Amino acid sequence: MNKKNKNNFTNDQLLKFYEKMFLIRKFEEKAAQLYGAGKIGGFCHLYIGQEAVVIGILSSINSEDTVITAYRDHGHILARGVDPKLVMSELTGRKDGISKGKGGSMHMFSKANRFYGGHGIVGAQVPLGVGIGFAHKYRSEKKISRVYLGDGAMSNGQVFEAFNLASLWELPVLFIIENNKYGMGTSIGRSAAGGELYERATVFGIKGEKVDGMNFFNVSESAIRAREYIEKNSKPYIIEMDTYRFRGHSMSDPGLYRTKDEVNKMKEIDPVLMMKEALLNDYKIQEDTIKDIESDIKRQIKDVEKFSLESQLPDLKELYTEVYL
Amino acid sequence: MKILLPALSPTMETGNLLKWLVKEGDSVVSGDILAEIETDKATMELESPDDGKVEKILVKEGTENISVNTEIALLKVDGEEIEELPEKPIEKSPQVSSNESEPLSSELNISMNSLLNQTKENLGEKNWSEKEISMREALNQAIEEEMNLDKDVFLLGEEVAEYDGAYKVTQGLLDKFGSKRVLDTPISEHGFTGLAIGAAMAGLKPICEFMTFNFSMQAIDQIVNSAAKSLYMSGGEINVPIVFRGPNGAAARVGAQHSQCFISWFSHIPGLIVIAPSNARDAKGLLKSSIRNPNPVVFLEHELLYKEKTNVPEENDFLIPIGKGNLIKEGKDVTIIGFSMSVQRILNTLPSIEKLGISPDIIDLRSIKPLDEELIYNSVKKTNRVVIVEDGFGSTSFGSHLSYLIQSNCFDFLDSEIIKVSGKDVPMPYAENLEKLALPNTDEIVSAVKKVSYIN
Repeated sequence: MNKKNKNNFTNDQLLKFYEKMFLIRKFEEKAAQLYGAGKIGGFCHLYIGQEAVVIGILSSINSEDTVITAYRDHGHILARGVDPKLVMSELTGRKDGISKGKGGSMHMFSKANRFYGGHGIVGAQVPLGVGIGFAHKYRSEKKISRVYLGDGAMSNGQVFEAFNLASLWELPVLFIIENNKYGMGTSIGRSAAGGELYERATVFGIKGEKVDGMNFFNVSESAIRAREYIEKNSKPYIIEMDTYRFRGHSMSDPGLYRTKDEVNKMKEIDPVLMMKEALLNDYKIQEDTIKDIESDIKRQIKDVEKFSLESQLPDLKELYTEVYL
Repeated sequence: MKILLPALSPTMETGNLLKWLVKEGDSVVSGDILAEIETDKATMELESPDDGKVEKILVKEGTENISVNTEIALLKVDGEEIEELPEKPIEKSPQVSSNESEPLSSELNISMNSLLNQTKENLGEKNWSEKEISMREALNQAIEEEMNLDKDVFLLGEEVAEYDGAYKVTQGLLDKFGSKRVLDTPISEHGFTGLAIGAAMAGLKPICEFMTFNFSMQAIDQIVNSAAKSLYMSGGEINVPIVFRGPNGAAARVGAQHSQCFISWFSHIPGLIVIAPSNARDAKGLLKSSIRNPNPVVFLEHELLYKEKTNVPEENDFLIPIGKGNLIKEGKDVTIIGFSMSVQRILNTLPSIEKLGISPDIIDLRSIKPLDEELIYNSVKKTNRVVIVEDGFGSTSFGSHLSYLIQSNCFDFLDSEIIKVSGKDVPMPYAENLEKLALPNTDEIVSAVKKVSYIN
């Protein structure tokens, strides 16, 4: 399944991508643990299993490009380079959180890192992301707006309105469907009629493709192809990522809608492990090098945990700040 | 056959005869264009209703303010007797309006213009160079000036560009700013509203027009969940500098789905600013302030007020601060509070109220959220009596909240219950008499004033 990358990444670059994937995996495992310990409240949607999508896309992004997603956003904001301490402190609802403890798991933003959230209403981030693409075009910026959406959002009306506008106005937008097969507990087969999800955008004149979203190299190639298409044609593009979440929809999901066998079968193509195998086998990177990276991340996560638990609760006066500017 | 000046829009009361395209003696067939008529919104063509010969032209071209249903020409239809002709063509119709609805203040002795002239000093406004224009033109000027001042400001909505605006508010802006900054959208409120909010998150300053606010319900999630809450839930990181604007409330006999006031809906939401001007001057000054404001602003206009004129400053710097109401008439006996169209309704009752020997404070709130509480409470502490007039449904309304605020802040000063005159809790009916009954009327306002004053 693994193959040599056609994008001429150096081994150092590939190790950086692996490091990010591993960071997201360990961060999310820690978040699950803290949730279980009652340190994280509310909704908490983990990204475990989908890491190759966000890091594959990252491999095609210029630092000035913008990203927006829905509520499964921990991996996305980490991929954009925001300090994991600030992200975990947001999950623990502390003053050092990226949103000062006022947003929570689903609402994290960083203008400096061109990350526009973090949105809790399924589908709503799609017109917003098209609007960010509009701003790029309006200002003649050479940027692309990356808009993530789930398979569940693909049956949401405003998403089609957004496809129409993006294509009609020729906006620099890359739509990325993270098709993890379930919109909460409803499988894609029970929610979406017709053929492939990405084909729903092609009727608006948006070109697209479906990609193995468990494999970093496939995602990366597709993402770079999409970027080149958008830059050359000044038109939107859509990629459907065939992916899977290993954990529930949120922490409170008993997962009765799918079998253990199904989950275990998908774990055989764990994107983080597959990336590691590729680095070892195809790129002949030393196992010790990878182990060093992993040890560093594990140490970092310990610091992140400590920081996020030691950070204070927000001041009570924060209740009334930032309602208006 | 008499050719009458037709009503070419729900709110049209008069029209201008721009040009005759036929002359007396011409033969026409049904559908031929007889004349060009200018309405309050557009220039329309008047078609011949039948085959025949133009017998007489009764109203000269260039005549303005001709009432709907005025005879403007006679057509001799084959087999029809010639009707008796008037002596000479009518230059101008003597009657301005044949509409039975209540007159607006411009048709009364109390003009909004003179009230505003009196309040300018109280508001500390400087001496602007002014011109009397309609609210429609005032809004247009505000948008044009702000687009000239800031290239990040752009306008989008249905029919705002090539059609010149469904209500002509955006007339001429496409020609001035081009299609990059003035964009016609598909009929796709949920999508284009979300797009506009996203553009605002990325730093642009969109003016998002709803053809009417009834259609904003298609996009209410984006307005409430994306525009209003992002600043807070991002810990101050993402602000949304956007103006949502368009006509709100009941126009004239357009039925239940096109006649609703949404002030109570939007003013419920933390993070939104809500503005509802009653006149051209305020509309311009407040729209300019709204466009410059870094927060999401819901700017609620009223179709029936678009043609109403007041003096309006022409300068770029003319701004009316958000959150400041206006005591448009100073009295002593009762405080009557309104906003948008209800201010006009209050002014219509003023002669009847004064006849009772009552001199009211009349407050035009202008800004609903934030609210000028100080102005309200100072007035109530003086008059000790309050009547609130609002067009929206009375149930869980903005007026209900306002009366709560007044009783909790001025309890010891009140000499009477607070009375709220609201729209009735029914979907807006179509029939003329029922529609009139559904909205606050003069009798109800006068009765409320009498009741709080203990006059039988």
